Amino acid sequence: MSGILVVLEQQEGRVRRVSLEACATAVRLGQGAVSALAFGPGAEGLAEAVGSQGVEQLLVLSASPFDRYSSDAFAHAVVQVVRQTEPSLVLFGATAFGKDLAPRVSGLLMAGLASDVTAIEADGDDVLITRPVYAGKAFQRVRIAGTPKLVSLRPNVQPAGAGGGAPARVSVPTVDVPAPRAVVTGTERSGEQLELTEASRIVSGGRGMKAPENFRLLDELAAVLGAAVGSSRPVADEGWVPHSYHVGQTGKVVSPDLYVAVGISGAIQHVAGISNSKCIVAINNDPDAPIFKVANYGIVGDLFQVVPALTAALKAHLDAS
Amino acid sequence: MKIAVLVKQVPDTATRIQLAADGSGIETANIKWVLNPYDEFAIEEALKLRDQHTGEVVLMSFGPARVEEAIRQGLAMGADRAVWISDEGVADVDYLGRAQILVAALQQESDWDLVLVGKQAVDDDAAQTGPLVAALLDWPQAMVVLGLAVDAAGRRITATRELEGATETVELPMPAVLGAQRGLNVPRYPTLPNIMKAKRKEVRHTHAAELGLDAAELTAGRRVRVEGYQLPPPRPEPKVLTGDPAEAAATLVKLLHDEAQIL
Repeated sequence: MSGILVVLEQQEGRVRRVSLEACATAVRLGQGAVSALAFGPGAEGLAEAVGSQGVEQLLVLSASPFDRYSSDAFAHAVVQVVRQTEPSLVLFGATAFGKDLAPRVSGLLMAGLASDVTAIEADGDDVLITRPVYAGKAFQRVRIAGTPKLVSLRPNVQPAGAGGGAPARVSVPTVDVPAPRAVVTGTERSGEQLELTEASRIVSGGRGMKAPENFRLLDELAAVLGAAVGSSRPVADEGWVPHSYHVGQTGKVVSPDLYVAVGISGAIQHVAGISNSKCIVAINNDPDAPIFKVANYGIVGDLFQVVPALTAALKAHLDAS
Repeated sequence: MKIAVLVKQVPDTATRIQLAADGSGIETANIKWVLNPYDEFAIEEALKLRDQHTGEVVLMSFGPARVEEAIRQGLAMGADRAVWISDEGVADVDYLGRAQILVAALQQESDWDLVLVGKQAVDDDAAQTGPLVAALLDWPQAMVVLGLAVDAAGRRITATRELEGATETVELPMPAVLGAQRGLNVPRYPTLPNIMKAKRKEVRHTHAAELGLDAAELTAGRRVRVEGYQLPPPRPEPKVLTGDPAEAAATLVKLLHDEAQIL
């Protein structure tokens, strides 16, 4: 048992960023050779991207039934590859894909899984893991007994490597899986909205926005910043924005570089969901709003004046630089 | 249609989490315990399916005696009966151990058509129980479900599940495990008559040994071991700007560029 296997996720022929972060993390741990497993048509084309992160070998399963996602078939395939290559650690991204697949693999292998991990460090042959609980109100320190150890990594937390490694060596493992039962038959993009859990910048609005049409102000600010748009829970519950915008303990837990909270008072559930952000900016007309207690920077004022002013100031800054 | 809903009791999301003095866990003294919010969506969906297709909805919960309160809440929503699996002797189990216990409880009965869970519990946020139970039962799964169509006669399910910035349609046969996401439905509030009725509904009590499991082995064999807890690092003192919006905005942009180095 040695080496690390990274289960990759690809989107239209490109490796998802979280998978590159997982590859770089695996290399950084320095616990043996790093291999990666990719599914779907064009998987062999990922050799360069993962090689640049230091991955030595790329295992590809591109043919049917791996041309469309099936949690049961994919889990059986991962299990067979793990039995053939005997890694001590298997890394997944804690995305919709990884959160669906990793625990299923855990159940089949009877191997321990730590999910949505924010820190992992080598400790001899072992790993020390930190993962948030209660949406980030606290953190657990965890060890996994036995091998292989399974870990899913929260996106946008671990750095991806600088690149520069040679392309990974491609090979095709032999697997024999039962006919897929749960099969994906279609995928639909939900508009142009950037995904909150993967965004490096987020602009969120709360009740202070007063009406759904005022989210236009946030869209304009987000466009200048290249940010995703989110919301507090009450405005999603009221239907001002889709549920997928809701940031907080029972919505999306986010970890961007920059989080701008506009007209959000800062309920404990919302604050928990953003507490892993590197920099928080609060804009609110109430100087006593709890959101200011967790913010790095704040502007006390009327958001209907402050937000357009901020959009204009950012535009001027970007034009000048 | 016979449907099991696996439910968990968790601290109310308004709870300010504090650590026990020795850091070995969280301080539970003043916590208000509630039914996991995502489990309410699972129960609601099970009730809708039962009312459409007839059958019964059975709640199952693993934990200490206090979980009966969460079970009663689910019964007051309209579930028919419940099984409480006591954590006596197995309080310290990992995700796999908990899934094994729930699966053993499910296997005390037969003819299940569906097992519903919340997509995750808002205490450990692990999101593992659904897929683990599905793997151990060797049933197909669909997690983070936003929409559901069940063809009871054809024993087929079409589920819409949430991805990052997209949704996908999954087709799977029954029996299956489904994980409910917010947006799947609007959970009903228990009415007073239903709360009264729930007090008389059957809650069968069992425990690991009665389910044929070795409590000592489950505890000793746990793979994921929590060594301690810590609180997030304190956030720095905020810099708060007031006054003319245009000036404040310009100052903020300068701070984000020069000091935070984000722009």
